[in-house]
Amino acid sequence: MALTQDAVLAGIKEIVVEVAGIDAGIIAMDKKFTDDLDVDSLSMVEVVVAAEEKFGVKIPDEEVTKMATIGDAVNFIVNNS
Amino acid sequence: MAIKFTTEPQNARILSVGAYRPARSVPNSELVERIESSDEWIQQRTGIESRRFAAADESLIDMATHSSLQAISRAGLTPEDIDAVIFATISYPYQAPSAATELLTRLNNSTAAAFDISAACAGFCYAVALANDIVRSRNAKNVLVVGAEKLSDFTDPDDRATAFIFADGAGSVVIGPSQDVGIGPTVWGANSETRDAILLEPSYLEYKNNPDRTELPWPNIAQQGQTVFRWAVYEIAPIALRALEGAGLTPETLDVFIPHQANDRIIDSLVKSMKLPDSVVVARDIRTSGNTSSASIPLAMDALLAERPDLHGKSALLVGFGAGLVYAGQVVELPPVPKST
Repeated sequence: MALTQDAVLAGIKEIVVEVAGIDAGIIAMDKKFTDDLDVDSLSMVEVVVAAEEKFGVKIPDEEVTKMATIGDAVNFIVNNS
Repeated sequence: MAIKFTTEPQNARILSVGAYRPARSVPNSELVERIESSDEWIQQRTGIESRRFAAADESLIDMATHSSLQAISRAGLTPEDIDAVIFATISYPYQAPSAATELLTRLNNSTAAAFDISAACAGFCYAVALANDIVRSRNAKNVLVVGAEKLSDFTDPDDRATAFIFADGAGSVVIGPSQDVGIGPTVWGANSETRDAILLEPSYLEYKNNPDRTELPWPNIAQQGQTVFRWAVYEIAPIALRALEGAGLTPETLDVFIPHQANDRIIDSLVKSMKLPDSVVVARDIRTSGNTSSASIPLAMDALLAERPDLHGKSALLVGFGAGLVYAGQVVELPPVPKST
């Protein structure tokens, strides 16, 4: 069953809060991992590993490098779940 | 005909640990200019504040001799009591004979069984597994296990991916007979499809067959940092938990966690994934030692016991992981209070 965008966004929020220790309130589809949320390349790997487990999707390294915003990650997971 | 073999297993444990850290401590500030980085960036990504580099005329075997003599003395033994030497390293600059036999000459023990193993950052845990099996099967009484590296000889100071990570040092343990089981079952294996994530290249032959050397550098370590990080945070926690379970322990009953000191962020992630409670003491030698590959676990063990003598004899989960990619983990009883300093 395909996941809804809202469900994936909620799940990603939980993961980013856990990994980066930031407030859930500032996480939104248009926020950039590096510039807005202080998620560096290694934290990004932790987010991806947690997201793969949570949503049962495979996120290849080359896709990770293209994910600039929360929305990029959410859309990839929705489209590949 | 029936071949005879003594079948009664002999329990084994780590009798002692010894360590050698080269004198020169190198802060991040000394490396950052050549790689256009900063102390802050390196600390944030790896936790490393400084590392030790051996002197130019200080060899891998010089370092291993110091750590081994200390371990042998702390076990209340002499070099003649060692029946076998297992030397884990990737930075001995000779293909043959082995580092283990050169070490024997320094120990004035010319007859012990001696060989090297190549399992990179998992090398120490692989060697502990072998030593345990050798003692258990009574093929040797006292086995000297060495993890030693002079990675500064094989690291490019201009490589932005590795220059600040790798370092030098030596750690040794003596594994010998004990009343009770002092080393649990080893969980080990490989993920060889990611074999090219950490490489030392070019090969001897590529180097030989390219006489002008123009395009071909000296073999240095190349590492795909994010691939290795991803593998470590995803794969290693379940392996470490299996080693814990195999020894009959749980995160709540474990005393100490000594993972390979690759990166403080990997250690953070492992602690979190394994849900280790605050009561578990976690080794963080990486901050002042850098990544010394096969030497990192015994160096961290020695540092922890120097700082916390109350941890002698406590349970410790060891897990090594690195180039191959290969991994190994086991629970050990930390060595008792040394018989000599």
